[in-house]
Amino acid sequence: MSADSVKRAESTPDEPMPFAELGMKQDEYDRVKEILGRRPTGSELAIYSVMWSEHCSYKSSKVHLRQFATKAPKSEALLVGMGENAGVVDIGDGWAATFKIESHNHPSYVEPHQGAATGVGGIVRDIMSMGARPVAVMDSLRFGGADAVDTRRVLPGVVEGISHYGNCLGLPNIGGEVVFDPCYIGNPLVNALCVGLLRKDQIKLATAPGPGNKVVLFGASTGPDGIGGASVLASATFEEESHAKRPAVQVGDPFMEKLLIECCLELYAADVVVGIQDLGAAGVSCATTELAAKGTGGMRVDLNLVPLRDPSLRPEEILMSESQERMMAVVRPSDIPAFMAICQKWDVPATVIGEVTDTGRLVMTWDGEVIVDIPPGTAADEGPVYERPYHEPAGQAALNADTPDRLERPADLRATLLRLLGSPNLASREWVTSQYDRYVRSNTVLAQPADAGMLRVSEVMAGAEPTTRGIALATDGNGRYARLDPYTGAQLALAEAYRNVAVTGARPLAVTNCLNFGSPEDPEVMWQFAEAVRGLADACRTLGVPVTGGNVSFYNQTGATAVHPTPVVGVLGVIDDVARRVRTGFTAGGLRVALLGETREEFGGSEWAHVVHGHLGGLPPQAHLEAERALAAVLVEAAGRGLVEGSHDLSDGGLAVALAESCLARGIGATVTLTGDPFTALFSESSARALVAVRPGAFDELAALCAEHEVPCYGLGTTGGSSLVVEGALEVPVSELRETHTATLPALFG
Amino acid sequence: MSAARVGIVTFPGTLDDQDAARAVRLVGAQAVPLWHADHDLKGVDAVFLPGGFSYGDYLRCGAISRFAPLMQELVPAARAGLPVLGTCNGFQILCEAHLLPGALTRNASLHYVCRDQRVRIEQTGTPWTGSFSPGQEIVLPVKHGEGRYVASAETLAALESAGQVVVRYLDGNPNGSMNDIAGIRNEAGNVVGLMPHPEHAVEELVGAPSTDGLGFFASILKKLVNA
Repeated sequence: MSADSVKRAESTPDEPMPFAELGMKQDEYDRVKEILGRRPTGSELAIYSVMWSEHCSYKSSKVHLRQFATKAPKSEALLVGMGENAGVVDIGDGWAATFKIESHNHPSYVEPHQGAATGVGGIVRDIMSMGARPVAVMDSLRFGGADAVDTRRVLPGVVEGISHYGNCLGLPNIGGEVVFDPCYIGNPLVNALCVGLLRKDQIKLATAPGPGNKVVLFGASTGPDGIGGASVLASATFEEESHAKRPAVQVGDPFMEKLLIECCLELYAADVVVGIQDLGAAGVSCATTELAAKGTGGMRVDLNLVPLRDPSLRPEEILMSESQERMMAVVRPSDIPAFMAICQKWDVPATVIGEVTDTGRLVMTWDGEVIVDIPPGTAADEGPVYERPYHEPAGQAALNADTPDRLERPADLRATLLRLLGSPNLASREWVTSQYDRYVRSNTVLAQPADAGMLRVSEVMAGAEPTTRGIALATDGNGRYARLDPYTGAQLALAEAYRNVAVTGARPLAVTNCLNFGSPEDPEVMWQFAEAVRGLADACRTLGVPVTGGNVSFYNQTGATAVHPTPVVGVLGVIDDVARRVRTGFTAGGLRVALLGETREEFGGSEWAHVVHGHLGGLPPQAHLEAERALAAVLVEAAGRGLVEGSHDLSDGGLAVALAESCLARGIGATVTLTGDPFTALFSESSARALVAVRPGAFDELAALCAEHEVPCYGLGTTGGSSLVVEGALEVPVSELRETHTATLPALFG
Repeated sequence: MSAARVGIVTFPGTLDDQDAARAVRLVGAQAVPLWHADHDLKGVDAVFLPGGFSYGDYLRCGAISRFAPLMQELVPAARAGLPVLGTCNGFQILCEAHLLPGALTRNASLHYVCRDQRVRIEQTGTPWTGSFSPGQEIVLPVKHGEGRYVASAETLAALESAGQVVVRYLDGNPNGSMNDIAGIRNEAGNVVGLMPHPEHAVEELVGAPSTDGLGFFASILKKLVNA
């Protein structure tokens, strides 16, 4: 049968359209009719419904996210900011880095392996579309309780999906997080980050300029995957032969993606790409409308030319399909033969499906009839914007009033340390990370369990002039902190990632974020979101690191119960001489150990309160952003001068866990003496603190540097021996620390 | 720059080719890219088949690569004595091409494993291990999902008695390989297959915490220069 054409839409203005089944509100549908001056065709409705979805349009979050721009600190490093596929940052010597984090939460719950795998695939294509070579990935994962039955289904599947896709793609996985909390049981969070490197003058943008230029779809063919929920075809309006329910989770082919990477890089090197866009959410709809809207403004596409894996697909389905491993490029007609030859070399199918026009309209045909004729900007950029109502949750004041002061403090600090160290959130992540290739491409300077991942830049691309520089990346987030105070919780997430980059000796430069929240239609969730964005934007300004891009994931909830508000923040830094990187933990015996930063009694949302008392209440640690900035300045300068041999940030589990992890890094013990209440000194989670192992003879210089930056510096003791000894408080052999630390996840997951 | 030319093969889905080329250059040999679709070994003196997921590992690891045009040149050249080292996927391809006996199957743990592994060099009589001392214990990374070496009892006995086991895992077998086998050679000794990755253990700054992998590249260079 023929598709619903524009001509038909004009002659049947009152035909009811299934906009509600596609998740569109009545007023949104009315606006589409107003824009077009008629009812939309089925294909046009498909485009508007996906482009105006929360996921693509950011309609509930936009008004808040603007703060990332209006409050952005001045940064000379920012080359491409928000709004493109990914932000691009100048890292010096003519090099640029592009990075972004994105969620794939819901698919990963439905089908953990493919959901997580295609999450990696999607973010890698975003990075490719900026003109970069993807060089590493990271994953920030949150699951329900570690011992919950469903976690045993979801976690192994997610890890295997990331492992299979990332390893097969040849990208080292250099870090990330694995967090357990019962609040994520029905809604795990799978946030994937990718970073790419490129020469500064090679940035590509998603734009379709130049009338007459060809539109090329290349990569995998289009199938029925990812056409979620209420399919257009469920409606009898434009379809008699009803298709069976389509798989809502996409299936990934990392082999095709690897070919796409190499193919794209060769296309860029040959300079045969005018504009490029990856196909992710909303597939062809998104790529065509966004490319056209950012270019000359018009495009003509013959949808019959789209190569199909399932020849029975209808145009509405082709437009909405989220088949993976596809890209769309705009190419000068004279470059088409060269473009096609490169695609052929890499066995990547490529098809010209249309061309750029100057009509200001996106026109698509099917069987010779016009089925789409819209101004592309109205779908891509002019979606609805909501000022959703919000208010503080009813129980928030009571939650904050229930402080950890009432909790019984432990008498046995040794047992407390071991209990924390073996708890699922602090235990060794090796069961997970050993399933990821961290070495491929041979540029990995630091990888998990290091505080930040670090890569050498110089050897990334053949032919580019050498540089001594490296990049560092860390992601962090703490849903419990954000639950207690979303404003501060978001700031603490940024502070921790910023600190994790700085402890390796790298200078933090820029931020990406993945904001995981419940339903924006719930005013209490919306309050959490608004507060978190406000906090993060303020903190970015104070720390001088701009947000370059990211992703909002709403509707992370089961029934009426939302997950903890979970802003996950990624920070990218640069180190001028990568050989000066500081490794995590104690690197040798006989080094003085120093604690930098101030410890306060702060147990709200702490790992101790969570593990020992199952308590969540009070307020999270304060975010001391000026202190973070000063601490980072000390750490970066100390690394550059070679004053420190090893370091470790203090976060979950406080000094006690940081000391234990530092010993575990290379099996080297330490003996330290603490002042004040030993419990607070060991387990408080005050921010803006780090542990360093000082180069012999350099302690005074480090202390002077700290004094200059007004960072407290306390000599705690020395490394060496086979035990961790905290004088007067506890003594544990490193071997026992290791047994406790490594036993937990294998016992849970096999 | 030495005149020794080591070919590095790239199949669609090969991942460690750049790493291998860098390792070859680090010891002062010349890395020559070889493309799967060419019937051309470019006159190289030795060939390195790097790891990865050639052709997506679809059907079976290495099963499709075996039929690549380049392999039609490589197999007879290897039978005629050309030194060939295949690591990881390269090892799998050599087994599929019947240049080496046995097969590499799914790890006993059923998980992909990436770790720094102690191994022992059992044979220094190959062109790829001549720079090591007999029985030398070194650290190389392993990273694979299908590295469990299996062979018939007769083949295993023959391998052991002929000294064809070149590298063996120590301190814990990462994949359940028979006889802790990490690498073997053919009867002639010129073809070696290895699950660990020497090319990721060649620089102090990056990769595994070891530079022991350099020995494999130094060995072939020495062999070719002295030839």
